[in-house]
Amino acid sequence: MRSIIIYFKDIFSGIWSLLKGMRVTASYFFSPGAIVTEKYPENRKKLVMFERSKGELIMPHNDKNEHYCTACGICQLNCPNRTIEVVSKTITTADGKSKKILDRHIYWLGRCTFCGLCVKTCPSHALAFSQKFEHAVFNKDLLTKVLNHPGSQLKKGVE
Amino acid sequence: MAVQIMLMTSEPWWRVFYDFSSFTKSIDEGLRSSMSSFWAVTIEMVITAVVFLLFYAVIGLFLVYAERKVCAFIQNRLGPNRVGPFGIFQTVADLIKLLFKEVIPIKNADSFLFNLAPYIVIIVNFMLLAAIPFSRGLHAIDLNIGIFYIIAVTSMSVIGVLLAGWSSNSKYSLIGAMRSGAQIVSYELSVGLALITIVILAGSMQLSEIIEAQRTGWFIFKGHIPALIAFVIYLIAGTAETNRGPFDMAEAESELTAGYHTEYSGMKFAFFYLAEFINMFILASIAATVFLGGWMPFHIGSWDGFNRIMDFIPPFLWYIGKTFFLIWIIMLFKWTFPRLRIDQLLTLEWKYLLPINLVNILIMSFIVLMRWHF
Repeated sequence: MRSIIIYFKDIFSGIWSLLKGMRVTASYFFSPGAIVTEKYPENRKKLVMFERSKGELIMPHNDKNEHYCTACGICQLNCPNRTIEVVSKTITTADGKSKKILDRHIYWLGRCTFCGLCVKTCPSHALAFSQKFEHAVFNKDLLTKVLNHPGSQLKKGVE
Repeated sequence: MAVQIMLMTSEPWWRVFYDFSSFTKSIDEGLRSSMSSFWAVTIEMVITAVVFLLFYAVIGLFLVYAERKVCAFIQNRLGPNRVGPFGIFQTVADLIKLLFKEVIPIKNADSFLFNLAPYIVIIVNFMLLAAIPFSRGLHAIDLNIGIFYIIAVTSMSVIGVLLAGWSSNSKYSLIGAMRSGAQIVSYELSVGLALITIVILAGSMQLSEIIEAQRTGWFIFKGHIPALIAFVIYLIAGTAETNRGPFDMAEAESELTAGYHTEYSGMKFAFFYLAEFINMFILASIAATVFLGGWMPFHIGSWDGFNRIMDFIPPFLWYIGKTFFLIWIIMLFKWTFPRLRIDQLLTLEWKYLLPINLVNILIMSFIVLMRWHF
């Protein structure tokens, strides 16, 4: 007797749960507002990318043309496929000490896999990702970029 | 000619206007008056074949498009939207691509059976389409054992599937075909019994009579709860029989790449693909015919005004509307439920659907005996 009750209970609870599932999918079917697809080339003008999207590596500069990079080279060490080369130079400061500063932060976009290890490991938060994602160019050389702006220098107080 | 019929009969004009039998009859008479009956029949058969071929291609392409759109909307996507407005020509483009693709000959495959298999599946489809009443008088052959014919022919498609799996000389194809065979053979039973439940209620196997019996109300309402149970069982078992999800173990992508048509390419692959969709269409149209009244408009007992308004909608639209509603439900099945395991599949059939179905037939016979139906 008990097994018969279980048998019918199984059937009805099964049907009920199946109907519940179908109600969810049918509600999605009848709600065109919930569609998340972006029609990319058409909506290019007003396309807003998410802040977390990894477009390309940049080095943020403030309005006084100062960056945070101390040329420590940790990003270069952490990069799995040698996308970054930090070229440093040694200068002598006004009080006679010699100091290593950033000359060129070279970034080969063509090799980058956008893993984000450089951004994550940078001790002075000098690197970031921009949301620009249209990288197609006709010349491979254009993919080699120098991230620090010409004439920029290290922000005072960051060592 | 139509005017004469209108004057002669007392039927309302739209019923005559929507009746295709006078149209087909005039073609038949026109042909027979100008040539011998042999040639007349031959030409009629050619015309019917061409019409069915066109219908097959159009419905197949449309269903592929509809499936992709329904699936996309369920998953909050847009689906095909590049070729033509709303992507309606996407499947036409796909078809052109498939037509140009090479049919790759398989080494060590049984080439005769390999090439024969898709045609068996297609021929079964056409044999089934012939028995489906599309509208009043638009019915290729009205057999007096229509339901029996449909049950018999449906089970033949498993031959094509098994041949495809066997002749491909590939483990994926063979496993897919064997699974499909086990599935179709077991679910065939439920499909047949669910249809027999309605045959008991209708008292006839002829599809045109079954539809005519639903003039006062569709069988799903007339037969009370047993008819509803039979309808649900038919939908479940029919979905399994057409190898569609959640019963698509025959072509489980994650396990068997594509199942029995793994080794097919180009147009032969397209034949299998189209056949699957046409099978779904046939399943839905048989369900619409047997349970939902086919092309018969929605009538409520003696509400004459309401029935007349419903009669204004052409029967073909009723038929297509019901069929596509059922197709939508079957697509919803596929994109909602996870795939069953082979043992769960057989448990569902032998432990649940079959016993319920047998009891259901008993209850239905009792209802018919006691004349509880209306």
